[in-house]
Amino acid sequence: MKPLDTKKDYQNYVDKKSPNSPILKNCFNAFWVGGLICTLGQIIMEFCKYRGLDKVLSSTIVSIILIFISAFLTGLNLFNKIGKFAGAGSLVPITGFANSIVSPAMEYKSEGYVMGVGAKMFTVAGPVLVFGISASILVGIVYLIFNTQSITLV
Amino acid sequence: MKKIGTQTIQFDNPVTILETASIVGPKEADGPIAKYFDQCLEDEFWGEKTWEKAESKIIREAVNMAITKSKIPAQDIDFCFAGDLLNQCISSSFGLRELNIPFLGIFGACSTFVEGLCLGSVFIDGNGANNVICAASSHFCSAEKQFRFPLELGNQRPPTAQWTVTGAGCAFLTKNGMGPYITHITPGKIVDMGIKDSNNMGAAMAPAALDTLITHFEDTGRKPSYYDAIITGDLGHVGKEILNELALTKGYNIKANYNDCGVLIFDKEKQDVHSGGSGCGCCASVFSGFLFNQLKQKKYKKILLIATGALTNATSAQQGESIPRHCSCSFY
Amino acid sequence: MEFFQNLNWMMILKCFVVGGLICIVGQILIDKTKLTPARILVIFVTAGAILGGLGWYEKLVEFAGAGATVPLTGFGNTLAKGAIEEVGKSGLVGAFTGGIKAAAGGIAAAVFFRIPCFINCKAKNEKRITAKGTRSNLTCPLFNFKLMLFLQVLQFL
Repeated sequence: MKPLDTKKDYQNYVDKKSPNSPILKNCFNAFWVGGLICTLGQIIMEFCKYRGLDKVLSSTIVSIILIFISAFLTGLNLFNKIGKFAGAGSLVPITGFANSIVSPAMEYKSEGYVMGVGAKMFTVAGPVLVFGISASILVGIVYLIFNTQSITLV
Repeated sequence: MKKIGTQTIQFDNPVTILETASIVGPKEADGPIAKYFDQCLEDEFWGEKTWEKAESKIIREAVNMAITKSKIPAQDIDFCFAGDLLNQCISSSFGLRELNIPFLGIFGACSTFVEGLCLGSVFIDGNGANNVICAASSHFCSAEKQFRFPLELGNQRPPTAQWTVTGAGCAFLTKNGMGPYITHITPGKIVDMGIKDSNNMGAAMAPAALDTLITHFEDTGRKPSYYDAIITGDLGHVGKEILNELALTKGYNIKANYNDCGVLIFDKEKQDVHSGGSGCGCCASVFSGFLFNQLKQKKYKKILLIATGALTNATSAQQGESIPRHCSCSFY
Repeated sequence: MEFFQNLNWMMILKCFVVGGLICIVGQILIDKTKLTPARILVIFVTAGAILGGLGWYEKLVEFAGAGATVPLTGFGNTLAKGAIEEVGKSGLVGAFTGGIKAAAGGIAAAVFFRIPCFINCKAKNEKRITAKGTRSNLTCPLFNFKLMLFLQVLQFL
């Protein structure tokens, strides 16, 4: 092997040398855990509809129940184990969003309720809300400007 | 004391490491070198309310233990060098505030402990002190909280990530003793090879370790085979392999007697630590526990200890920087 | 169990597959790009809002139900859809109020349900040894109270 003197050579060498994540296994786990969480949501939704609730209300109830379960599991120190196994499978569903709010709230409790829990709660979820809400406002403004039939509304 | 070569200091009256003490957390207690540590904790809090307080307690108790073992009264200790990973080194300064010993706080990330040994031995050989204490600590939970994400966040760690050691090590240096001695020190340069992935510290630090390794051999005229063991601090499995290959390209074969603190402290297969241990407490506790024991029992007569630290913080990591460096010491 | 007899099993299968596939996209992003979880979530919610604005995401929701609404892209879609609907009702102001109105339930729940947790639990290292003095949350009276409250709400539904 030749000496590696430039940053680029070294970076390439490191990329080759570092072990990669077991991506197939991770994807498989993400698939079935994520699918299962969505299925649980679907069953709750069907149940709400069966009880005669409308579509918007039942999907809000689905979010609330899944968020509660996720917050509950986080509080019992179980969610990080699921997350370690499933990766994106538990991160991408709304459960990951709830976990990202509850986990810093627990961790920063030692810094007090206002500047600890209150301020740090949104360290991970804050950007999600900022970008999600900004995007929705832009979508609304764009829709207002180009209020044509080409955009389908439900 | 005199300077030899480009950056090595040779001591006229080698400094003795009189005693060491080490305290580690529960995960380290399951590791392969657990029996060499003075005390293993059962949980991360150790009766304190927060991890930060627990870390302060760990370093305080380690220092007290080293003083007790040395049988030298605390008022005869001239200076204390200590550091840790938390912002502004709060664990060491809070932990050691009741000690009543002149205190110098240092930061070198994972190389803090060896940096302390370097400075301490210069103080002693320059007749500025007779007895000096060097200590360093780190805590997995407080480090994760400061540098990465909350513990309860369900995320995955990549295979190159390293596990911050919960623990502290403390060494008692003295002027007149029977050894083991610190004979040379080679403070290293800051080397940045542009690695920005904060989950791959080993690869970021390996070039810095290589630089000091080669400089040390050139300055002293020694060869790798002169040492019974060459130990790096916290390169982990990935960095260890990289350093082995990099050294070979420069014409030094260190494979036979080379090992790494981050590799020694955990069992890679059983403990799920990915690339191995890291943090100030890793090198500190492995040296104070395992290596010092081997030196005392003459299993190793001459060792070269090279600690490397990734000089990064949460802000610089977000701004896309990573600058590693390190210091080294040699003992016999 | 009349409810289970009437379950639409085809829908559940579609939901499982679509939800799983969206998660696989996230997993590939994690493993290949080394993005942090926060960035992944931001990408998903923004992508959901844009696809929702174009009206494409709603088709996926009709096809897969909760398989499309439960992932965070669905959250983005809810925001965008709410904004569009409110724009129809109240013009420009609707663009600012609509999104959060539609997603209010989810956000408020995420903020509120952390309360039972932070009353008593401390974050622990995953490799914790069951040490003396760490109480389970289930023994915390306030936590149980919240849990009962929640179950009663469920029964009421």
